[in-house]
Amino acid sequence: MRLGLAAAAVFAATAATAADRLGDVEKGAAIFAQQCRSCHEIGEGARNRVGPQLNGIFDRKAGTAAGATYSRNMVRMGSDGLHWTLATLDAYLANPRALVSGTRMSFRGLQDPADRADVIAFLREYSAMPQNIPESAPTARKTPPGIDPAVLDIKGDAEYGEYLAQECTTCHQRDGSDRGIPSITGWPEEDFVIAMHSYKVDLRPHPVMQMMAKRLSDEEIAALAAYFGTLD
Amino acid sequence: MGLNRRVFLGTMSAAAAALSAPRVLGQARPRVVVIGGGCGGATLSRYLAKDSAGAIDVTLIEAQRSYNTCFFGNLYIGGFWRIEDTAFGYAKLATDYGVNVVHEFAVGVDRDAKVVTTGSGATFGYDRLVVAPGIDFKEGSVPGWDLSAQDAMPHAYKGGTQVQLLKAQIAAMPQGGVFAMVAPPNPYRCPPGPYERVCMVAHLLKQSNPTAKILIADPKESFSKQGLFEEAWERHYPGMITRIGPDMGGKAVEVRPDTMEIVIDGEAQEVDVCNVIPAMRAGNIAAIAGLTNEAGWVPVDPATMATRADGAVFALGDSTQQGDMPKSGFSANSQAKVAANVIRGQLTGSRIFPAKYSNTCWSLLAPEDGVKVGASYEPTPEKIASVESFVSQKGEDADLRRRTYEESLGWYAGITADMFG
Repeated sequence: MRLGLAAAAVFAATAATAADRLGDVEKGAAIFAQQCRSCHEIGEGARNRVGPQLNGIFDRKAGTAAGATYSRNMVRMGSDGLHWTLATLDAYLANPRALVSGTRMSFRGLQDPADRADVIAFLREYSAMPQNIPESAPTARKTPPGIDPAVLDIKGDAEYGEYLAQECTTCHQRDGSDRGIPSITGWPEEDFVIAMHSYKVDLRPHPVMQMMAKRLSDEEIAALAAYFGTLD
Repeated sequence: MGLNRRVFLGTMSAAAAALSAPRVLGQARPRVVVIGGGCGGATLSRYLAKDSAGAIDVTLIEAQRSYNTCFFGNLYIGGFWRIEDTAFGYAKLATDYGVNVVHEFAVGVDRDAKVVTTGSGATFGYDRLVVAPGIDFKEGSVPGWDLSAQDAMPHAYKGGTQVQLLKAQIAAMPQGGVFAMVAPPNPYRCPPGPYERVCMVAHLLKQSNPTAKILIADPKESFSKQGLFEEAWERHYPGMITRIGPDMGGKAVEVRPDTMEIVIDGEAQEVDVCNVIPAMRAGNIAAIAGLTNEAGWVPVDPATMATRADGAVFALGDSTQQGDMPKSGFSANSQAKVAANVIRGQLTGSRIFPAKYSNTCWSLLAPEDGVKVGASYEPTPEKIASVESFVSQKGEDADLRRRTYEESLGWYAGITADMFG
């Protein structure tokens, strides 16, 4: 149940809120002050703290703020093509680890789509102003993925999942090493489901994973999750 | 046989599992014999033994005690890897999974009696046979070359000593010398392989012998990742590499190993190293077993990898004719998992799931400049058909290319663990 709800939150948000409306800058500033500012600075003279400074975050390649400390996965995602846009920021704020496994950002996520829209509107104040630069990335809204939250509650066939998982270990190392290719052992089931759907709708970059995810049905992703859930 | 039996019983976990394993079909433990311990055969042996938990008696017949992967052999040539880095043994398949590993050549297959014979005269009965012998070369495909010339003009298209020989010959080239490659016609093992090799040879020569030249005689109009390779040749090795395609004589090539000459379109030229990669066919044992078609490959059922000739015999990897999948280690590994699932289902009654296949091939163009191509596949009644594909783009930034190279190292660690345990 927990899994289904978390997943639904991400995709309902991605599908509707981010694309349909921008939030309230004032409210976003208040949320930022409460929940983000202990680690992130923004505005004039902002420096990197525990997390990177957030000036110019829109259209920035993930993991590239000069001098900031990042997880290896975040840098890899950037190299693979992850850029911060309305859609990717919305997914990341909803559940950071679901978009970037192994991120250093220890944050449980903003569940309310309206809160995320407000924070994103606030962050936009410190990036190129899209109303003045119509062609800049934040206005290039992504087609909403439109995933039905119901499919995320599917109970998976673990035995089928074990068979499907054989395809993963051609590249992902069985011993959990993450040399060159991220580790897939020992991570939460819900993160897995959301990650695969994120590849499926191209929110996460990487051509091989996008291809592998797109050929998996919702039932098959659920089967893989069920199998991974049986592992220690 | 006695020795092999002891080796098997010596493996505690597998032996214990065997005693408690359900015998769903038939009386004794069903037997699967696998010929060839490469990407297809090793992967299948491991998965079959692991997933049946001892319910199936798996025998792997592989002549070599130490296996060198063909993939990444080019990185050894380029000086990025040591040859030992490409070598693997079969000990874990025996000790951790209970596979009965027999280091002999398979020399005969009697499909009526369901028996495989090895070079020592030992016989191995089977309920299912898996043939995964890789490739051998078509006699006479390059006039003047046969296997007796492989020391003078190495093919270096099977892992190990041939690759070491080629590298030694490149190191011995005189300053300003010529490295020639006779590229193979389709279909052949590892479509980007010859062209990645050219990159690696060029990388080596650029440092040690910068006035040397590379000449490719190619019978094909076009080749895998061509745009990416040609861009890299121009960028990293300008003026060093010349490719002669079929319209310029690349199709009518003869070699003279005694005088180290290559004859292109009737014109003889002396070269210092000549890498002859002849036309290919399935490994010999496939023809001996009567499984090959006129083209020399083993036709298979796209949904199961069972041979068209015999439902009790399966084939994997480079030796097969299956449709759209390239002949690659990744493909063989992918096919092995499908076949293992089907064979286990047939012999023990476990569930058989739909076939899914995929492939990705990485190539190294220059230090930290990696590219890749890949696709997913599904079976149709006629063939294994490509569903979706991708390829690296020209002009990608250095960060992405470095990342792609690092990814290829990760893949190498992943697939070799998947094969050998």
